Amino acid sequence: MLSHHTPDAQTQLEIFRRMALLKANDERLRKVIKSGRIFLPYYSYRGQEVIPAAVSVNLTDQDYLCTIYRGIHDILAKGLPLADLWAEISGRVTGPCKGKGGPLHLTYPAKGIMVTTGIVGSTMPIANGLAWAAQLSQDGRVVVANFGDGAANIGAFHEALNLASLWKLPVIFVCQNNRYGEHTAYAKSTAVERIADRASAYNMVGLHVNGNDPIEMYSAARQAVERARSGAGPTLIEAMTFRFFGHSFGDDDKYMDQAQKAAAIAADPYPKFRSRLVVDNIATEAQLAGIEAQYEAQLDEAVETALAAPFPGLEELTTDVYGAVV
Amino acid sequence: MSDPRKPQATQGTILQALNQALCDALEEDPKVLVFGEDVADPEGGGVLGVTRGLSTRFGESRVRSTPISEQAIIGAAIGASLAGYKPVAEIMLMNFTTVAMDMIFNHAAKLRYMSGGQTGVPIVIRTMTGAGFGTGGQHSDFIEAWFAHAPGLKVVAPACPADAYGLLRSAIDDPDPVIFIENLPIYGTPMASHERGKRVPLGKARIAAEGKDITIVTYSGMVNRCLAALGEISKAGISAEIVDLRTISPWDRQTVAASVGKTRLCLVVHEAVQQFGVGAEIAAVMSEEFFGKLRAPVKRIGAPFVPVPFSKPLETAFVPDPNRIATAAIKLVRGE
Repeated sequence: MLSHHTPDAQTQLEIFRRMALLKANDERLRKVIKSGRIFLPYYSYRGQEVIPAAVSVNLTDQDYLCTIYRGIHDILAKGLPLADLWAEISGRVTGPCKGKGGPLHLTYPAKGIMVTTGIVGSTMPIANGLAWAAQLSQDGRVVVANFGDGAANIGAFHEALNLASLWKLPVIFVCQNNRYGEHTAYAKSTAVERIADRASAYNMVGLHVNGNDPIEMYSAARQAVERARSGAGPTLIEAMTFRFFGHSFGDDDKYMDQAQKAAAIAADPYPKFRSRLVVDNIATEAQLAGIEAQYEAQLDEAVETALAAPFPGLEELTTDVYGAVV
Repeated sequence: MSDPRKPQATQGTILQALNQALCDALEEDPKVLVFGEDVADPEGGGVLGVTRGLSTRFGESRVRSTPISEQAIIGAAIGASLAGYKPVAEIMLMNFTTVAMDMIFNHAAKLRYMSGGQTGVPIVIRTMTGAGFGTGGQHSDFIEAWFAHAPGLKVVAPACPADAYGLLRSAIDDPDPVIFIENLPIYGTPMASHERGKRVPLGKARIAAEGKDITIVTYSGMVNRCLAALGEISKAGISAEIVDLRTISPWDRQTVAASVGKTRLCLVVHEAVQQFGVGAEIAAVMSEEFFGKLRAPVKRIGAPFVPVPFSKPLETAFVPDPNRIATAAIKLVRGE
């Protein structure tokens, strides 16, 4: 089923760049939260960076994204500038949502980032609407709806996948299967071994891929994006991955299988892909170190600029509720 | 004498007005979409025919029947609106909106605020309801208070063809999500006809009957019942002013206050259960504004705090009727 599109050297390097950005950002976020300089609910995506990095290189700024509370990796990979991210998650008026959305509701239409939801399972129905608009306008856009394995057990998943297939909508459903829904392990919540198998129930192509392998993830995403752009309809991708830091950052992850977690961390896809690029002569060690250093510097600036910016004035409390006040 | 159920030349029905409003909106703006369960002509053009003829005229890409998937319907409306379309989604019955409450309350209502105004959700959710046809506990509730309690939503409930047409056109034009409540029992009631192209602004009440002794604030199907109570009220020598809110949220405080300031008595009537209803909000605001000036505390009439029953005598007793309204108004004026 999986046709093999191996990304060229330039694309592989671009995937790495995005992974480096995401990893550095997560590490900085955890560090800053621990320091007490900002307070926010944070759902670390560390361990899941490959998925949005490899999906997003197949997308344009005009393509749409709907993602979830554990979605800052998706959003950064789609193009939200670091400065905007940090301003918003620190509740500053300089954030794209003026601090009124925060980390769970990041929105940035200039890069197609349309909805970030804190409700499990709610990206898919809205992604359909964006895809329907693209289909009606014939503008060639595609939509990516991200969600976790837990969301595949919500009614909205079924309603949305059925409708997307029925209407042949240009949408890619990306299930980031990190093996846990909140604190409950996959096997305790899901009756099928593979969520991708559910695609057949909707007459949809379902791909079960290693979401921690950049080449495999890229190939699946490219195939799905091409299918969507050509008008052939949606795809369900189940990307297998693992979250390294539990459900919400700071929680006691005793509910997780510690051996499974240790094995996943030992198999961290980031250093693996990094050394592979060097071995394959796609980049030199110095080049990769340069990319990483560049993001550290950008983060230094983004964090300090955000923290120096003002909070929203209280007049912001009651604006943006309605587009037309009557 | 002519049959009162048969529309006269200058008469029309809410059903006709809604159909015309949708037709005119589809005609004028290619971004308008109409969809929901059974709305296209092959499926009957809506269970009661509100959307009849539209898919034949505008095509099934814009007027589309959907699966029975309320979350998917509202999700599709939200997404399409974020991309510049103006979806009019039909949720057949108001009770079925509860299936899509996450989409309505967490997303449609809040995306504008949570995005700091970067996005908006200009959708209309048409839905019908109302007791009287024996549809019982899950097909006839008025739950407008649920939506009126949600910042970001507008809630509209017309009581006559002119308002059905005019408010629906305004709702489609509006940049915000609008819950558009249609009262099933009065769909076919002959009333003064609508005027094509004439919009009725959201958030503005109308004086359905002028009076000076008491203000009756109401909306939707209860407007006709309040009007029907006027005979008995005037027989008691009382002149009642009926304010039809038309828009429940945001409601027209100014018009209501102007009337209550004049009459110094206020009765709120709605079909929804009285407890925690829209009437409580109106009563609270009027009490705050006119404490000490009112001749009696604001009185509310709503359904008893029970699910809608099936059996005819119980169903009839559930819905406020003209007699109950008249009695309450007269007692209030007489200080009984």
